[in-house]
Formats: sequence, C-alpha cells, structure tokens
Amino acid sequence: MTLGDDGPIRFTLAKRQRKKKPKENKTRTVHANILYDNAKGEENPNRHYVNNKIKTTKYTLLSFLPKNLFEQFHRFANVYFVFIALLNFVPVVNAFQPELALAPVVFILSVTAIKDLWEDYRRHRSDKEINHMDCLVYSRLEKRYMEKYWKEVRVGDFIRLRCNEILPADVLLLSSSDPDRLCHIETATLDGETNLKQRQVVRSFYDLDCEFDPLKYNSIIECEKPNNDLNRFRGYIIHRSGRRDALSKDNLLLRGCTIRNTEEAVGIVIYAGHETKAMLNNNGPRYKRSKLERQMNVDVFWCVIILLVMCLFTAVGHGLWMFQYGDKRPVFDVLSPDGRDLSPIMSAIYLFLTMIIVFQVLIPISLFVSIEIVKICQVYFIHQDLDLYDEETDSHLQCRALNITEDLGQMQYIFSDKTGTLTENKMVFRRCTVAGVEYSHDANARRIAMYQEMDSEEEECMSHGGTLPRRDTSCRNTQPSAAPWSVHLTVLLPSVVHSTINLLPVPQEKDVTPDPQLLDKVNECSSQMDFMRLHRQPMSQLTSDLADIIDFFIALTICNTVVVSSPNQPRHKVTAELSSSSSLNRSSNRGCSSLLSSPSADSTLTKLNEEQFSGSLEHTFSAVPPSYDGKTSSNLEEGELRYEAESPDEAALVYAARAYKCSLVERLPDQVTVELPHLGKLNFELLHTLGFDSTRKRMSVVVRHPLTDQITVYTKGADSVIMDLIKPPDTGSSKGKRKKKIVCRTQNYLNLYAADGLRTLCIARKVSDKEEYACWLQHHLQAETAIQGREELLFESALRLETNLHLLGATGIEDRLQDGVPETIASLRKAGLQIWVLTGDKQETAVNIAYACKLLDPEEEILTLNEACALSGDQTTNAFHSNFAPVETYPFSSSHISPFSVHRLGLVIDGRTLAYALDKSLEDKFLAVARSCRSVLCCRSTPLQKSMVVKLVRNKLKVMTLAIGDGANDVSMIQVADVGVGISGQEGMQAVMASDFALPRFRYLQKLLLVHGHWCYSRLANMILYFFYKNAMFVSLIFWYQFYCGFSGSAMVDQWYLIFFNLMFSAFPQLITGTLDKDVSAETLQRLPQLYMSGQNSEEYKPYMFWMNMIDAFYQSLACFFIPYFAYADSDVDLFTWGTPITTIALLTILVQLGIETKTWTWVNWLSIAFSVALFFTVALCYNASCPTCYSPSNPYWTMQKLLQDPLFYLLCTITPIAALLPRYFYRACQGTLFPNPVRVGRQLDKLPADTRRNILGLSRVTVGSPLRAEPPFLSLNKLSPESWNNKDQRSIAGSKTSQAKQAAASQTEEKGQISPPARMEKHFSDLFPLAPSELDALPYTKNDPPLPGTPQPPSAKDSECFRRTLQLSDQSVNVSTPLVSQTDSIQLNLAPDRASECVRFRRSSETGLRPDGTVQPACRTAQQEEQSLHTAL
Amino acid sequence: MMPTSYEDGHISVSGAGGGSMPGKKPENTAFKQQRLPAWQPVLTAGTVLPAFFIIGLIFIPIGIGLYVTSMNIKEFQIDYTGVDMSSPCYNCSQNFSWNSSRPCACSLPFYLDQPYDSNVFMYYGLSNFYQNHRRYVKSRDDSQLNGNQESLKDPSKECEPYAWSSSKPIAPCGAIANSMFNDTLELFYNDPNGSKVQIPLTATGIAWWTDKHVKFRNPGGNENLPAAFQGTTKPVNWHWPVYELDSDPENNGFINEDFIVWMRTAALPTFRKLYRIIQRKNNMVPTLPRGNYTLEVVYNYPVRSFDGRKRVILSTISWMGGKNPFLGIAYITVGSVCFLLGVVLLIIHHKYGSRNNIAT
Repeated sequence: MTLGDDGPIRFTLAKRQRKKKPKENKTRTVHANILYDNAKGEENPNRHYVNNKIKTTKYTLLSFLPKNLFEQFHRFANVYFVFIALLNFVPVVNAFQPELALAPVVFILSVTAIKDLWEDYRRHRSDKEINHMDCLVYSRLEKRYMEKYWKEVRVGDFIRLRCNEILPADVLLLSSSDPDRLCHIETATLDGETNLKQRQVVRSFYDLDCEFDPLKYNSIIECEKPNNDLNRFRGYIIHRSGRRDALSKDNLLLRGCTIRNTEEAVGIVIYAGHETKAMLNNNGPRYKRSKLERQMNVDVFWCVIILLVMCLFTAVGHGLWMFQYGDKRPVFDVLSPDGRDLSPIMSAIYLFLTMIIVFQVLIPISLFVSIEIVKICQVYFIHQDLDLYDEETDSHLQCRALNITEDLGQMQYIFSDKTGTLTENKMVFRRCTVAGVEYSHDANARRIAMYQEMDSEEEECMSHGGTLPRRDTSCRNTQPSAAPWSVHLTVLLPSVVHSTINLLPVPQEKDVTPDPQLLDKVNECSSQMDFMRLHRQPMSQLTSDLADIIDFFIALTICNTVVVSSPNQPRHKVTAELSSSSSLNRSSNRGCSSLLSSPSADSTLTKLNEEQFSGSLEHTFSAVPPSYDGKTSSNLEEGELRYEAESPDEAALVYAARAYKCSLVERLPDQVTVELPHLGKLNFELLHTLGFDSTRKRMSVVVRHPLTDQITVYTKGADSVIMDLIKPPDTGSSKGKRKKKIVCRTQNYLNLYAADGLRTLCIARKVSDKEEYACWLQHHLQAETAIQGREELLFESALRLETNLHLLGATGIEDRLQDGVPETIASLRKAGLQIWVLTGDKQETAVNIAYACKLLDPEEEILTLNEACALSGDQTTNAFHSNFAPVETYPFSSSHISPFSVHRLGLVIDGRTLAYALDKSLEDKFLAVARSCRSVLCCRSTPLQKSMVVKLVRNKLKVMTLAIGDGANDVSMIQVADVGVGISGQEGMQAVMASDFALPRFRYLQKLLLVHGHWCYSRLANMILYFFYKNAMFVSLIFWYQFYCGFSGSAMVDQWYLIFFNLMFSAFPQLITGTLDKDVSAETLQRLPQLYMSGQNSEEYKPYMFWMNMIDAFYQSLACFFIPYFAYADSDVDLFTWGTPITTIALLTILVQLGIETKTWTWVNWLSIAFSVALFFTVALCYNASCPTCYSPSNPYWTMQKLLQDPLFYLLCTITPIAALLPRYFYRACQGTLFPNPVRVGRQLDKLPADTRRNILGLSRVTVGSPLRAEPPFLSLNKLSPESWNNKDQRSIAGSKTSQAKQAAASQTEEKGQISPPARMEKHFSDLFPLAPSELDALPYTKNDPPLPGTPQPPSAKDSECFRRTLQLSDQSVNVSTPLVSQTDSIQLNLAPDRASECVRFRRSSETGLRPDGTVQPACRTAQQEEQSLHTAL
Repeated sequence: MMPTSYEDGHISVSGAGGGSMPGKKPENTAFKQQRLPAWQPVLTAGTVLPAFFIIGLIFIPIGIGLYVTSMNIKEFQIDYTGVDMSSPCYNCSQNFSWNSSRPCACSLPFYLDQPYDSNVFMYYGLSNFYQNHRRYVKSRDDSQLNGNQESLKDPSKECEPYAWSSSKPIAPCGAIANSMFNDTLELFYNDPNGSKVQIPLTATGIAWWTDKHVKFRNPGGNENLPAAFQGTTKPVNWHWPVYELDSDPENNGFINEDFIVWMRTAALPTFRKLYRIIQRKNNMVPTLPRGNYTLEVVYNYPVRSFDGRKRVILSTISWMGGKNPFLGIAYITVGSVCFLLGVVLLIIHHKYGSRNNIAT
C-alpha cells in the first residue's frame, strides 16, 4: 500500500512526458516569459494561453444587428409577429399597409435591441476600464518591473504586487515581503468573506533570503487546466534540479482579490483573462420560467386556437358568401388586380391568411414586453423595501433572478437549512466536559441570558437612532447609488452585492465566564507543569485528569485555523476602555475591521508581541485570584487580541480557551504560540494541519509539544466521528475501565448538550511516535503532490493519522436563533406553507432547535425515523418497508385530505434513513408519510440529499418549492428548487451566488413571501388575464363586423388604431396597475398570513378564469359592437365614421374594466388612465387632421373632429361602456357580498380605521391562526352567536361526517372529564388514529369545551395502544424504553426476531401530560371572549 | 462612476480617494415603500348600490328624451327596386344591365299623410350592397381625387382592375367610383288642383364640407374640366365622363357632391346616402305638404343581380340625426336594468350584507 501510492503519480508523469508533442490536455505548463526573448516569440510555450485582456461584451459594432436579431428571434413570439408583418407584403392577402404593420414588431424589437446595446455598452466601458488598470510586470529588457496595463499581462509574467492592489490575474505567489513568507488577501469580491486569508509562498522559494530575482527563476509549473473551483488548485513546480514541490490553493492569489497587510509580493501569472477563476465563475443572471408564465403559455396556446377558429370561420363564411352570388359578380366584389375572377374556395384560402393578420392582436405582441417591464418594476420595489433592509449589515434584498417574482406568491413548500439560516451562526461557548466531568458554566449561561436582553434593547435603540457607525468601505466596491435609475440598472444586470457582513465576533462570543471549578483545575495543572518543567521532571507524571484538562485547552487553542490579529491603532484603545457597554463594543469591532484592512497594519505582529508580553506579565505575576466575575477579566483582555476564524465555532472555542488563560497568541504557518498561565508562552511547532472537510467532519493538527517534545495530534470533530475513532480501551486494566467510563459519560453529556440544542464537538488527542509520524508524513506528501485523485489519497492519509485517539472532552456551543425566526415560521406555516428543515446537524441538536423555533410543537406527535443499529442492504429496505407499513394505515395519507392540511404530526428523519427513503421504491411511501406530517426535519443530511429531497417533493407532488440556505452545502438545494433563496450571511457567498433572491436575514422571508410574493403574483396574474381579455374584446369587435361585410376581412377600425391600440392607447394603465396595485395592504397581509393561500391555490388565475374572461370579452365586444350598430343602422354613416366611435368605446370600456379590477387607486392610476384617454384623442385628432389624401384606405380626414361635434357620439360613449360592464360590475358586487373570499375580507379590513383593525387582527391571530383546519375557515367577522361560531368551526375541522360525530363524542367525553377506557379504545380502534390528537387539540378553539388538563394518562395510553395495534398488524412487537429526554417518551420498536438487528425508534412527545395547558388555554379563552365582546360592539 | 458588477467578472475600481459610499438604505418615501395615498374601493352590494340607482335615474329620462325626439322625426320610405310585378319599375329592373345605353324611366306615386315642416332630406337607400367589402373599400386613389396630376394619369395600383381602360387611365379610378349610383330621382307634388309641381331639390350641401373643399379637388382647378381630364377615360360603368356629372362647374368633376357622397363608403350593407335636400322656403308653408306625390325615377342602377333593394327616403332630421328610436330604447333599457339590479343588490345587501360588512 505504501509503495502503491507512488504509482499513479509516476504513471501520469510518464504519460505526460510521452504526450509532450501533441498538446496535452490534462494540465497546463507555465514557463517564465523572461526565459524567452520577447514575450511574443514563437518559441514561447505560453503563447497559446489566453492573455489578460477581458471582453465581456456580446457584440461588436458590426455584429450587433445580426447577432441581436438572431437572439431575439429565438423567442417564438417574435418570429410569429415578424411572419405576420411579412405576410402583409403579399398583395393578395394583405390587410394593412405593409409598412404600418411592421411598426409594432420593429418597435418591440428595437426596444429590446436598445436595451441590449446599452447593457453591452456598459459592459464594454467597464471592460475598458479594467483592461487599462496598471500593474507592475517584470521586463527582461529593462531588468526591472515596469508599469503595464492589465490587458498586457500574459501567462508567465512576473508581477509585483503592492499592498491594497487588486490582483490582475491568478498569480502563483513566489515571494513576499512578509518575514513569514505570507501574503494576506481579501477575497470579498469573490466570495464575500471579508476576513483576511493567508497565502503562502511556494515552498521552494520559502527559504529565499534575498529578494526574489525573476532572472534566476527557471522552474516549470505544471498545474491543472483552468477551472472555476475557487477552493481548488493543484499542481507542482519542477525545478531545474528536478525537485518537485506541490502547489495548492494556499499558493495561489486569485484575480479580483486585494492584497492586504503585505508590503510587496511577487508572483508568476498562471491563469489570465477569461481563464482566471474569478471570470470562470461568472454566471449571468438566471432565467427561470415561473409557474404563472407556464400557465399563461397554455392560454396563449388557447388564444392561437381561438384565432385559428375565428379565421377559419370567417374564411368559410366568405367562401359561402361568394358562393351565393354564383356567376353574377356584384359590383362591390372587386376582381383581383389582374382582373381575374377568384373562385370562392381560393378567396376563402386567401382570406384565411388575411384574417390571421387582422386578428393578430389576439396574440398580444406587447404582452411579453409588458410582463418584463412589470417584473422589473416589481423587482425595483422589492429592492426598495425598507423592511427588507438590514441596517446592521447595510445590505438589502437582492433579486438575482428577475423573472420569477410572482413565484414568490405561490410557494407551497419551504426547505430550509438550519445553521446560519434559522440560527445566527454566531457561536457562543456554553458548556464543556473534560475527562468525563461536566462543567456547566452556569455563570456563563446567566450572563448570556442577560446579554440577550441587552441585545434586544440595544437593537431597538439602534433602529431608532440609526446612527450605526458604518464601515469604511473606501477600498471596496461601491454599490449603486440610491438613484432609482441606477438601481434599475443593477436590476437589469444583477451584480453580486458584496457582503459587508463581517466575521467579527460579537461580544458574546468573546466573553466567556469561566467555570470556577475548571479554572481552578487549569491553574493547578499549569502550575504543576511549570513546577515540573523547572525541576525537569517528565510531564507524564501529571495525573491523567489534569493532563487531559490542559491538553483539552491546548487542543481548543491550536486545533483550528484561527488567525490572530490585533488592531494597533490608538483609536481602538480608546474604545476598548469603554467597552463595558455592549453597544460600544460592537462599534469598536466595526472600527477594528476597517483598521484591519488599512495598509498600516503590517507591523501588527511586532507590536502585538510587545503588548501581549506586557499583558501576560501582568497576568502571571499579579497573582490575583482569578476573577469569576468575568467582566473585569474580559475587559482587560478585550481588544488586545482578535481572532478571525473561517467558522464561528472555531472562534468561539478559542475565545473560550482564552477565558481560561489559555490563549492563542500567534499563528504562523509552522508554529503556534500559546500562552498558558504560569507556563507563559509556549511555541508549538506546527507540523501539519489536516483541514476540516464535510466528509471527515473533523480537523486535526499535528504539533510537536514543547513540553513533552512528543508529536501530538489534536483532533476536533463531530462527536459521531470522533467516538468511532477513539482507541478502544482494554477493559482489563483499571485505566481502561476508567477510560471507558469517561467515554460513556462524555457520550451522555453529549446527548444532553444536543438535547439542549447545543452544537457538540469532541476533542481528542493522540500521541504519535516519531517513526510512525515520519512514515505517515512521507505518504502524506506523496498524496499532496498527486494531481489525479488527490482528494481520495488525502482522505485516506488523514484517516491513517486520525485513529486510536484519546478522548479529551467535548464542548457544547450554542448557536442562537436569529431574531424573529419562530414568529416567521409560525406565520409562514399559517400561510399554508409546509416547512421542512434539512440540516447536517445531529438529530438531537436539530430537534431542539426545531422546538426552539416552533417548527416542532411540544403538542405534536413526533415520528422519528432513524437507525440505531447498523444496517445494510436488503435488510434495510425491508425494514424500511415495514416501518412505513403502519404509517400507511394512517388515514391522512389517503387522498381525501388536501396536501396542505396541517396535522399534528412531525417527522424527524436522519440522513442514513433518508438515503433509503429516497430510494425509488420507497420515495412514494416516504412522501406519503412526510405529506401527512405538519413538519419534517431531516438531520445529518448531505448536500446531495438535500437537493434530492427538494427534487423529490417538487417532482412528485407537483408543488412549488422554495429552498433557503446560507452555505455552500445548500447550493445544490437552492438550485434545484423553484425559487432559491440565499442568506447573505456569514458563510460566504456561494449560496447567494446560486440563489434567485438573497436575503440578509431569515425573518425577511416573511415579508418577501407574504407581502411581495402575494402582490407580485396577484398583480401579474390580474394583468395577464386583463391582457387576454383586452385583446379578445378588441379583436372580436372586428370579428362581429365580418358578418356585415361579407366576411371580406374588412375592419371598421382604422388600421392605425388597430395596430397601436395595444402598443400605445391601452398600454400604460395596465402597466401601472400591474406594478402598483395592492389588493391588501402589507400590514394586513402580514397579520393574516392565510391570505397567502390564494396564491398557493392559484386563485387569481385559474384556467376557468381565462375562459370567463374570454366570455366576458365576447359579451362586451357584442355590446360595444351592436349598440353603435343599431344606433347607426340604416343611416348614411360611412365606414370609419362609424368605426371610430367603436374604437373609442372599446378603449373606454377597457379602461373602465381595468378600473373595476384595480384595487388601489393612487394618483398614478388616475394619471395613467387620463393619459391614455388624452393620448387617444390627441393622436386621433392629429392623425385625422394631418393629411387629406394619405392613409388609404380609411382616409380619416376630419373624422374625429366631425364626431366630436356629434351629440350621438357622446351618447354612445356613455351608454356602451356601462352596458358592457354592467354584468361584471354586478358580479363583482355580488361576489363581494355573497362569496367574500379571504382576500376580499382582507381588503375590507384595510378600510377600517387603524386601531379597530389592529384589534381585530390581534384577535384573528388566535382564532384564525389555529393551524388545525384542513381548510382554514377564514376570519369570519360576522355577528354570529357563540354557538354558531362554534358549529362553524367544528364543521370546518371535521372533514367527514364520521369525524364530526367522533368530534362530538370526543367533546362530550372531555366535558365529563371521565373517560372510560374501553369506550375510548373502541372509538379509536374503529376510527382512524391520527385525527384524534388533532381533535383534542382542536378543542381549545371550540369555545364551550374546555379541555381537560387533568387527564394526562388516557391519551397517551390510547395512543400507545394505537401504536401497538397498528404495529401488530405488521408483525412487530413494542417495548417501551426509558425516556432519553424527559420531555418525550420514546417507544423502542423492535422488529420481529428474524430482523432482530433492525430497530427503529418511534418517538413521540407525550402531549397532554407535560403540556402546560393551564397557560395556553386561558389566553385562548380570553381572546375569544374579547372577540365576542367585539362582535357585540360591532 | 458606474458600479461594476461581478456578473461581468469585473473587479471594483474605486477612485483614488475612495470617498463615502452612498448608503444602500432605501429611501423612505411613500412611492418607494408603496404607501402612496390611495382610494381603495371595495366592491360589495352595499357600496355599489348607489351607482346602480344613479345610473338608472339618469339614463331613464335621457332615454325617454331621445325616444321622443326620434319619434318626432318624420320619415317616409318608398322602395322602387321593382321586384314585384305590380311595381312600376318592374320592367326597368328586369331588363337592365350596366351596359345598357337606353335609359328606363318609371314613376312611383305615393301619399304623405302628414306635412313635413323643416328641411327635408331626400336619401336613396341601398340594401344588401356591400360597400364595406375589404377590396372595394381600398379600390380608390385619394390623391387622384385630390386633383393630383400624376395620379390622374397614373392611377394607383389600388384601383386595379379599374385603373386602366383601353390603355387610358380611368378618372376617377377604382371600383367605388365605377359602381357609382346613377339613378336620377325627381319628386313631383300632385297638387289637389291637378297640376304636377316639381319640388326643387338642392344638390349641394349634401357632402362633408371638408370633403368638398379639402379632400376632393379637380385637376387644375375647376376651369375647363374637359381639358383637365384630357387623356383619361370614364369608368367602365359610367355613361358620362366625370366632367359631365353636372353643369355647375362648382359641382362638377371630382367635386360633384353626389360623387363625393358615394365615395364615402357606407359602414353597413344596408345604408342610405343623402341625395338631395328639400329646402324649406318659408315658415308659412310646410316644405312638403300633405298629399299625393310622384317619384320619377330614371332607372339606371342594377341591383337585382345581388338581391339588392333601392329605396327613396324622405326624412326630417333632429339634432341627433335621422329617425332611430334605438338609442332612446337602449337608454331606457339600460337604465331600467340598472335600477333593477340596484334593487336586487339592495335585497342582497339587506339579507347578506351585514354578514361581512364590518365597516358598519
């Protein structure tokens, strides 16, 4: 095995050498350019590589027109309209003046083209700007670094970089002015992380004492082909000596990053221009098609059918009309231009084509453009929403996908990540256990509780004051100014808003109040060690307990990648002294971060050392007893050291260790300095770091212990992994027994921590002897230099090291819930959204967080699917089948209950079980179970599983899914979902980059969905319906006319009006309404989340509505046609004098129709309608006065002017719209009174005075918010007596007659307060089980039946009975195990003996028993009383 | 400076001084926060009720007014197509075609049972004549009719196949002109004393003023029309060239009002066109007294091939045009329906309105 590792590398190398001549494919070889005469030389091996000039424009001046048109014609609608316009050029079939018919198409195309051109020009300009930035490139001729433009940089060039410079290309770091050969970069532009990252000089140039001389460089770099993985770089450098050194991402400086804290660095360009990782990561905005649009496309298709039917009808009519005249051609049937007589059939065929042109308006040319405009406006308004703006991070919502805003209003399932999404991802050290002893840190817990209070107060203050010190962002990308048009720009070209969220620890993370007991022990231990060191005693004499403690803290301190930095500006010190108040503290942190990025921070380390030294002296020699107060000590400590960590957990642990005086002082690539009490500073030689990855779920450092001089491996990781790697103690010795006990105890504590919702980590140690380590190191280095399959090799290598560990202890870190998460989840759930949480955390932690954020309710059943025992293969599948079997007997998986009904059942499933559940054969069953649960929690799930779950739900249930997450592990889930939302939080920008919308906080999801989603959806749905109506109505006017013109395709509407009607006259009001209309106010929408369901059920736009609209359109057009028809029947009116009133009437009708459908009239609406009417008349008057001989055939000279003098015109314009709109108006009025849907009631609520409304809404939260109803009866604000109210409630809860009867029975028994068990049993055996708890829970909401808190026993008895029964069906036996956690009783289900190894735990909370009924009930009751009184008052 | 975007793969370029970044905080304006003051009508029976009643109350009187006005208009129609054997024009209608050169005359007696007081408008009405046919409507050359010399000599393609006749341009070209109504109608009052008095018919003032003075113009003014139309030929179906339509030079050629009226194509297949106006002489004598009349027709225009009908209509007019009771009836109907619906809504409102009308 050891030798085998070498194999693949050699092999690939050999292969590569053989393949030298044909341009090899797998890797890129980079030589230094200066080795070759001039950079352009033929022999330069780098000449094939892309240079650094970037060009992101799509078009050139010449290619713009063809290319843009080509792109536009990809849209089918455009092709269709151009086809129609071209059809007009055929004389036999033309309907309009061909040039005129082209106008709308040309207009639409040119608007789009101008937009594209402008965007492209912007890109061009910024390309140019970037291409012409300066950088220093080594010139062979001049023998020095010369200023050059970025675009002139080539692969193989040497570049000198100064502090605060932006990297022009991907550069391999060869030299740094930093004494430790480090270079710090800020990668905010790439991943949004603002902390500094260290990059190392390539190892072979590490020892270079003098300045790097490019002329002496003669190595060759082999690395992988350009790819877009920011976190991967593999390759090696071959020196002339033949030595090879591995290159990794730590050696690569990426384009777009900024050099910080490093005076000067030199590197060689590896990838340039479009091949840099930054450029390869460019994905344009995402285009998705929304559900509404898909629905709309179906109706567009129907429109085409209607169009064809109408054309066909007319064509047949024309054929028959011609046929009736026979051979005698009447004078008005004009021969074709060449004087030929057309047969009726031929005429019919020609006419068919003509009619397609005449009726083309039916397929609305402006619909697609209008939708785009409206969506852009909607995105603009969402951007502008103050409520979605996070002051703390100065970031607001970003819409990255522009065309799915309305999908936000139709979501049905939310899949959420936990860490960082629901929680703050701000880690606070809470508890730890060392060597089997638990240190509860009570004082710490108390203090944190206090902080939380302060925190909330402080936030309030800040939101009022709004004078939060903002970070100095002078060196960062600036965001678009607040000017509307520029925001509009970013809407068109969504840019990644650079996260200004910093990774700075909040005070809580820093301040840990040490546990007195533990602190004593640490002190004791270290003093002993100090003593031993002085007396040169071997350290092993230390008792293992104490050794564990000190090792535990050393592990906390060094087993991480935390970077130490210290602000050395005077300003900081000032604030630090005042830092006892947390708000100041916070601002000081902000200050720090800006100072950090300042150029003058280069001397940080030296200063730091001095400072720290004095500080530590003070501490060590003062002999002050350790203060348990915490405040003073933290004050002293604070500001002197700052830790920056990639993950907040790490920082929390380091700060925790520091509280025990075990502080990390300095971290260099090969050395970590730790300061310990009594012992002072210890330098640990850092031999190796095995970074954290999600498969291993642990990280390790290999150090040489300065005291024992042993090679020690410290490992930190998830408890499940570490526990498996613990060296199995030999049970023989007492030591072994003790170890076993420790492991056992630690596991117990871990369970407890997890039950508290803490994140647990295990700390372990391993002492390795030198030979062993050397052997390992050799293999590891081989693995590191491998190009092929390096990951696997490294993984194996890490595995070899991290075995036989000695458990030191465990920590519990609290991840606080974000503000407003429980409220948001509650209201989203009330809105009918199913919320699933998919997390990688362990089950207990996840369950507890779920309780904390009210995802799971103590009242609800919890169905836990996990595998306690190791299972494999078929057995598992079988087991799974049988597990689901009882579940399937539950009635709710049957179809008669809607998928959105809410049940009192929660499902918890872990990753390994999920893997089986997602199997093809089981996914349906899994879904059936999951659907019937009120909430689903998947823990320990991998990113792939997350996306599989989303995909499964989305595809199988045909529902709209939203995935929300903040980290890289959520990306796949976000991409799979219909709408992906990223939290622009603490874990970088990958999630944001993949998302459609990026939110600063989880709680903003509420407003985004409930308000903006609802608005966007209802606005757009109404607009689309209106569009269809409008066009159908207008076109059918002409259709009716065909009956009176011999089906000849004649139109009484002037062709100008016909063509510009959609484009100009009726365009603006609908755009305004589509953008601004609000059916219900934001406040009401948020207070009554139920209103969201209208979007989920697509209530604003159902298929029948399209047809209703069509029928209404036909009716209205009949009215608009026949009233003028009869009014002018048998008169001397001419064609266009008759057609113009009809056009006017149609326009007025259409506008008034919009008025009926408009819910909110602002001045903008009035203005737009007035503008529309004015525009029509102005255009008509000008048009009719402009030219007496033009505009054949209508020649409308003076028509409008004449009409305006005719009283008949006004009479017609009054009566016709009224007659046309009467049915709709009447219908709307009746609908409003007789069948008020929730949205209407919401609107009525809006009309109430603010305080009354608030009262009602406050009540409705109780009465309406009961999540029990299959179809939530809407807030009925009627004056019903309590009884009828009650009845109504019951009716809505009980789906069927039987359940109603059962309900009655249940309420009766409940009332009596005594339950005879047999009866109960019978009832529940005969009935279907799971409705029972929901009924019981329903009772509180029915007024007359106070539930019985005093009878905890029967329900659980009955439930377990039910369980038993159902399980017996599937040949399983039940045994009740002792509860693990006091709040829940778990039922251990062992399967039948033949599958004895498989067991599944169904755990359910015992609902009534421990529920504090007394506290819940009175609230409900008083609320109901209040409502009653309100009713009577009303 | 424009913000650069990551999408373009661009790195931000900040100015030398950096400067303060405008805050990203959205402005708290009513417009941006979508809080514009608004009127939010809620359509319920209660709120809509008044509108229905008001519409009803306004429309019904208007309707009655219109109906009365329309009823006061006197109108008399006489069909002279000659479909019936008994009709005096039967013979003319039977053997007549466009190409026949022999005029056929017939006279129709009729009796007016009431006197017509104000100006009487004499229309001819055609039924089943599709003047609105798509190809028919287009078949004209407006610039030729406007006196354009070039168009006169080279009529537009739209006129095909009525643009050229025996290699001469047709003036006026096109199917509309070609099919111009060419019956001559004369009206005689049979005085009780036995004499037959011809009623003077005014042939001018029947077309739109703008048509006569702006849209239609003779080539080269109204002087010497035959010379102006030199080199053109008459439409195929016409008996006389265009400059012989009338003797009055102000009503001849393209600006002949009968021609202009005909060129304004009717909207519907049954239409009437103003033929003559019988001017009222003085206030004492009615324009057309009660009594017997004779309509003398020179029957030129064939309509039987397409089942057409020809009528003569004598009508007075009011401010709202000719006799048409429809609009009055429509107003009354719509008004009544509104009123009725209002009542229905009132009932609904009383029965169900309180259920959710929380505002009250």
